[in-house]
Amino acid sequence: MEKFDVSIEHRHAPEPDGAKPHPNTCPKCGSHYRDDELDANLRVCPHCEHHFPVRAPVRIQQLADPGSFVEEAVDLRSDDPLGFFDQRPYTERLAEAEVSTGLGEAMVIGRASIEGRACELAVMDFSFMGGSMGRVVGEKFALACESASEQGIPLVAVTASGGARMQEAILSLMQLPKTVCAVEDLYDGGGSMLNVLAHPTTGGVLASFASLGDVMVAEPGTLMSFAGPRVVESVTREKLPEDFGRAEPNYRFGHLDAIVPRRELKAFVSRFLRVFGNGQ
Amino acid sequence: MASEAELRLRDRLSKLSRMRLLGGTRLSGELKRLQEQLQRVTAEPSGAEIWEKVELARDEDRPYALDYVERLIEDWIELHGDRGRADDAAVVTGVGRFRGRAVVLIGNQKGRDLKDRIHRNYGMANPEGYRKAMRAMELAERHGFPILSLVDIPGAYPGVAAEQHGQGGAIARSQAMLARLHIPIVACVIGEGGSGGAIATAVADQVLMQENAIYTVISPEGAASILWRDAGEKQKAAAAFKPDAVHCLELGVIDSIVPEPPGGAHLDHDEAARLLGASLEAALEELEPIPGDELRRRRRAKFRTIGMVRAAAR
Repeated sequence: MEKFDVSIEHRHAPEPDGAKPHPNTCPKCGSHYRDDELDANLRVCPHCEHHFPVRAPVRIQQLADPGSFVEEAVDLRSDDPLGFFDQRPYTERLAEAEVSTGLGEAMVIGRASIEGRACELAVMDFSFMGGSMGRVVGEKFALACESASEQGIPLVAVTASGGARMQEAILSLMQLPKTVCAVEDLYDGGGSMLNVLAHPTTGGVLASFASLGDVMVAEPGTLMSFAGPRVVESVTREKLPEDFGRAEPNYRFGHLDAIVPRRELKAFVSRFLRVFGNGQ
Repeated sequence: MASEAELRLRDRLSKLSRMRLLGGTRLSGELKRLQEQLQRVTAEPSGAEIWEKVELARDEDRPYALDYVERLIEDWIELHGDRGRADDAAVVTGVGRFRGRAVVLIGNQKGRDLKDRIHRNYGMANPEGYRKAMRAMELAERHGFPILSLVDIPGAYPGVAAEQHGQGGAIARSQAMLARLHIPIVACVIGEGGSGGAIATAVADQVLMQENAIYTVISPEGAASILWRDAGEKQKAAAAFKPDAVHCLELGVIDSIVPEPPGGAHLDHDEAARLLGASLEAALEELEPIPGDELRRRRRAKFRTIGMVRAAAR
């Protein structure tokens, strides 16, 4: 039988028929919105409650008190340790991602306050190479853990990732134990972490820090499988359930503490901070 | 004038010669091999040579974890089941004596014949397998037994039930548990080190790799079909991913290379076991004097810094 690797998932959210609809067209109900309409509703479809992807800066805006976010490790950039070349050089892909997203990497970290309570934020951006985790994402997450620990504030990690970054080969796999060790150090220092899983959180990110929070929640409809549906289908030749790997069955199977709609997310995070924030 | 290939070889030689020798023999064997290569002024392992390693790592006659258990572990008591739901035959765990000390052994296990292969799910672990491994880790911590982990997995099983039972979380928690232990942990990749499925049991103080093993973030086939959109490009993918032991050593992903008998471990299981046993023992002897807290601190620091990016603003 064919052996497929399972920890690298799609670099893009699955499209049912491979076609790419307009980003502001709801894939669930087909409604179409202007940017400002979607933004006003936290990028949730007003008609059917479908949660559109949220870019990292927008997510931070949605969660943090205005003006409170101070970004850390802004200048950290990936290099190309293996001279990786698939159909194009990795360096070219990185440069393109930076230009198209305006971000240095697929994760943004920094200190913020949410409803007046301090926390460290680590927010992933799926638009940057599928939110894949390479050495810089691993390093930024570890730095966020250390920063949270030093300041004695909780860490809130919002993930959206296709898994490990293939272009960094085995070094991207090493980001799994790296981030896991960072979480363990955080916990040993009395720290705490909330995982918020956004669509999709799969592969190596799910199989490391995104599964280790004190509390772990997901947005509705989030794909949170270790192996992607296409891989599972091709290996097992099984017909997959329609909601395969989504947050809802994961909640039923006991892998999530709650499914939190985006509208309620800020209130939920701030409740977490009131409990775990050392009475600050 | 030195060719580019020669320069590359010299560079790799100088990198290797700076590395800490473990027990002295394995790395120097690798050095010798490289020096011979340099003398012939051959190129860096070509795509074809890397592919040869991939095929050797998957050879059907290659010794599996239980073949090594049989040859290296005395008084073996195999532990079955995760005490929750099932016994995953793709992961073997047990206790026994290794060169005079009690140890816990965790290994991925492929099957030898078709029936056995199906029973072992082609070596692809389910979450129950990782929970079984975690049970063995707890036992090891409780009694202060060191852990030997033999890694040989194409990848964690990508199945519907595996997902329903929490594959990703199980792999994360298995790593977290290894990061918490106060006992010596030695892992060796003895065949395929397939991605998350492999790292789940490879967060160790010393990570060894057999000469013809591979350690990858994705199988060459998977990489080819995703990055090249053509599974037939697997050799090209393997060359790009550099999954062989020498490259892993250079990248700092492993600590040393375990030699195999001439031609590969599949040709002489006894000799392969002897060589592996010597390496595992040397690694354990180096770790055993270190206090538990310090072991754990160093283990985390090591994984914190593998392949770390320099804070270079561009």
